[in-house]
Amino acid sequence: MDLRELTALELGALLRSGEVTCAQAAAASRAAIAAAQPDNNAFLTVAEGPAPAPDLAASPLAGVPMAYKDNICTKGMPTTCASKILGNFTPCYDAAAAERLRRAGAVSMGKLNMDEFAMGSTSETSFYGPVKNPWDLSRSPGGSSGGAAAAVAAGEVWYAVGSDTGGSIRQPASHCGVTGMKPTYGAVSRYGLVAYASSLDQLGPIARSAADCAAVLDIMMGRDARDPTSLDLPAGGLLAALTGRLRGKKIGLPRQCFGDGLEDAVRAAVLAAAGVLKERGAQLEWFDLPVMSYAVPAYYVIACAEASSNLARFDGVRYGWRAEGGGDLETLYRRTRTEGFGSEVRRRILLGTFVLSAGYYDAYYKRALRARAAIGQAFGRAFQKYDLLLTPVAPAAAPRLGESLSDPLKMYLSDVYTVPANLAGLPALSMPCGFDGDGLPIGAQLLGPAGGELAVLDAAHAFQQETDWHKRRPPARKTAERSPSPAEPERKGGSL
Amino acid sequence: MTWETVIGLETHVELATAAKLFCACTTAFGGAPNTHCCPVCMGMPGTLPALNARAVELAAKAALALGCTVAPVSRFDRKNYFYPDLPKAYQISQFYAPLGRNGAVELDDGTVVGIHELHLEEDAGKLVHDRGRGQTLADFNRCGVPLIEIVTEPDLRTADQVIAYLERLRETLQYLGVSDCKMQEGSLRCDVNLSVRPAGSTELGVRTEMKNLSSFRAISRAIAWEAGRQAALLEAGGQVTQQTLRWDEDRQLALAMRAKEDARDYRYFPDPDLPPVELDGAYLDRLRGEQPELAPARRARYQRDWALSADDAATLTGQRALAEFFEALTALGTPPRQAANWVMGEVLGALSARGMEAARMPLTPPTLARLIALVGEGKLNRNTAVRVFEAVFDADGDVDEYVKAHGLEQVSDAEVVAQAVEHVLAACPGPAADYRAGKEKAFGFLVGQVMRELRGQAAPAVVHRILREKLEHTP
Repeated sequence: MDLRELTALELGALLRSGEVTCAQAAAASRAAIAAAQPDNNAFLTVAEGPAPAPDLAASPLAGVPMAYKDNICTKGMPTTCASKILGNFTPCYDAAAAERLRRAGAVSMGKLNMDEFAMGSTSETSFYGPVKNPWDLSRSPGGSSGGAAAAVAAGEVWYAVGSDTGGSIRQPASHCGVTGMKPTYGAVSRYGLVAYASSLDQLGPIARSAADCAAVLDIMMGRDARDPTSLDLPAGGLLAALTGRLRGKKIGLPRQCFGDGLEDAVRAAVLAAAGVLKERGAQLEWFDLPVMSYAVPAYYVIACAEASSNLARFDGVRYGWRAEGGGDLETLYRRTRTEGFGSEVRRRILLGTFVLSAGYYDAYYKRALRARAAIGQAFGRAFQKYDLLLTPVAPAAAPRLGESLSDPLKMYLSDVYTVPANLAGLPALSMPCGFDGDGLPIGAQLLGPAGGELAVLDAAHAFQQETDWHKRRPPARKTAERSPSPAEPERKGGSL
Repeated sequence: MTWETVIGLETHVELATAAKLFCACTTAFGGAPNTHCCPVCMGMPGTLPALNARAVELAAKAALALGCTVAPVSRFDRKNYFYPDLPKAYQISQFYAPLGRNGAVELDDGTVVGIHELHLEEDAGKLVHDRGRGQTLADFNRCGVPLIEIVTEPDLRTADQVIAYLERLRETLQYLGVSDCKMQEGSLRCDVNLSVRPAGSTELGVRTEMKNLSSFRAISRAIAWEAGRQAALLEAGGQVTQQTLRWDEDRQLALAMRAKEDARDYRYFPDPDLPPVELDGAYLDRLRGEQPELAPARRARYQRDWALSADDAATLTGQRALAEFFEALTALGTPPRQAANWVMGEVLGALSARGMEAARMPLTPPTLARLIALVGEGKLNRNTAVRVFEAVFDADGDVDEYVKAHGLEQVSDAEVVAQAVEHVLAACPGPAADYRAGKEKAFGFLVGQVMRELRGQAAPAVVHRILREKLEHTP
């Protein structure tokens, strides 16, 4: 039996029944990582030593190998945010989500590559080299949680935990043909997630099915006193509550999400998905959501403003990388930060610093906050009418490596369908719904009202009961010929 | 030309919470460097602030006592700047929506000092410059300690008013239990904004801000120095430059720290990690209900109800615990005058001999009340009572038992005294003869001898009466 064909829940069940041991599962994961890593560069750190023997009764996912995006703090294991500046940083604490998963018997295989500090949509801004899409190694897996999506798609781990600030879970999930969910803002504690944009960041799962995502969220969600923005949503019970019933649900399709700029293959696949939902009994309706046009500019102003402040602490004084050579304090700061951050991170810090500066605050930051409020209100009105919304995740399937970096504005605009959920704090899920002419996966996005995780997951579950897009695997690439090497992956860029 | 000085103050006060503003680390003063820290106050990646509700409560109490309007919704903002004592590279403060606004403090001279705002913020760490080794070391123990900043309107005119305001502020905050306000430990720090203008003018001149004022004395001197400097500058046809000055107490002068042009752009924006602080009416009503009677009201009451002098009232209300101790004595029936004398004399003396604050005093009011009552009832003379006071001060205890155990009851029994008198007269024929010969001084000596015979416990009036009788009726 090839364990890699199983979902996380299926593997968990086999572990509990004793048909598969934790050691076998971990070994399968190690072998898959060793085989795929030279191709896709999904991992930044691979856990060493024998896998822990978790309490298999702790959760349905106990013993299932998984991994964390490298901006999630893991006690005793490097957490680099794929940046040179944190290349030597090992936290002395676990993120709240990692703590909960550890207690639930999660077996961490290591840390996953990403865009530097989660800034990017292609996983190419990593200091440690780009991640490659398992469906086509000349393509990006999307980003910023590209390592997480690629590792799940390539069968290296059964699920991964990523972060989503403007689509960073959903868009790579879409590009890699896996299922990813950003829950309601505050559903999962952000404690231990290295902040990019605090008011938008949210942790979530990338897995092989909506049911797997529900199982991971059942573990991660819940109020945490260490994160005052975390919510007291009912924790647990999502998986058990999945019914696959859609009858009577009203699903809205915003016209603005299916217009110009959307590739035909994506439009066709998402509308086909809408058709499946309708067959399952949902009522579909087109409606107008004109605020969509504010979303990208408001998102980049707010995200960059918060990032400029959040990333100011990386100054070479207490931890992380420090520029060589003496000089006064200002020289130390300037050189450390100039040399320690990549160009996309520097661009966003400068943009954010600018929009918060005296004289520009009102014109940019305050206006962006107003736009954000308007977007939140518009979604609030939409959810008075509809149980869910359905949109594409990205305008096109995975781009070729190198294609986007030359045109950051084009890259920013490709976030148009995903950023509104972050601005409005809403739960949103990306599920595979087809392929384009190049054989690249396409995803559809389901959005729900705040706290509406169950409705979103249940609709995706219904869709996945009806279709098998989420079960498709990328073509195997002669992985059997590679000799498994559990060694830590080579890191590009040195300094470690 | 006559110049008028115009002063506004920015005072930082450390709140008396056990834990820091956004984490559970201790706020204790001192400690080995970097031992009162955790990943949160060190601003480690991924950590988040979690607001200490007790700090909000103390800040709100202070705001109410200073007559401020407490905002039903206030917010935290980030003040962004780079400095090695600031691990997150921003200070969490309140800029756009502070906790308190529009307060007022009335001084004894009738001056009303407007409070522009009162806001919560976190303290930064401390840099220690080791010039010998050419190193600068950072100590983050103070990092995240809760502060309130109280900003006045430019309503002060003299150094005396400034000191009176600060004393009133300190007294109020100490009464509320909001802060211990120890300048020497940095829990009360004051920056002075000062400008001068021609007397009679209503426009404000260009102001400077003075920092590093470590005592009331330093504040007085710095005000005199800076007002003089600005006036001289203007007299000479010059102009004051808006700048920040650093007072050098050793050299008794202020030096420029940074000019207005160098002023940093702090890029304040609402901290997305912290939800707004919402205080409802019921919460504020509870805090109002918990507010103790403050010192000025107590002083007025002591003078009015108990005819105490202004000075005595001021001494008794110097510490809230002392005033409460005094009032507890009166409530136990001790006559206010006697209670005041004991508190201002023995109690304050004992406290100062021990360097102790009244709040930590082991002695309880019932014990002292009983002691004073024993004197009033003639069962102890005052000197013995003072000995008993010293004995029970450090551990409290039952006065009656102590007196009994140590045989300290006052001797008023005429027979016992008469016996002692006869004994003394027999032993000291010389002084007795001197007295009869008209030397009144000898009487005092004989009283002393009788008292000694009775181990100091005799009632003086009884000794006097019997001694005179014996001297006059026996040859």
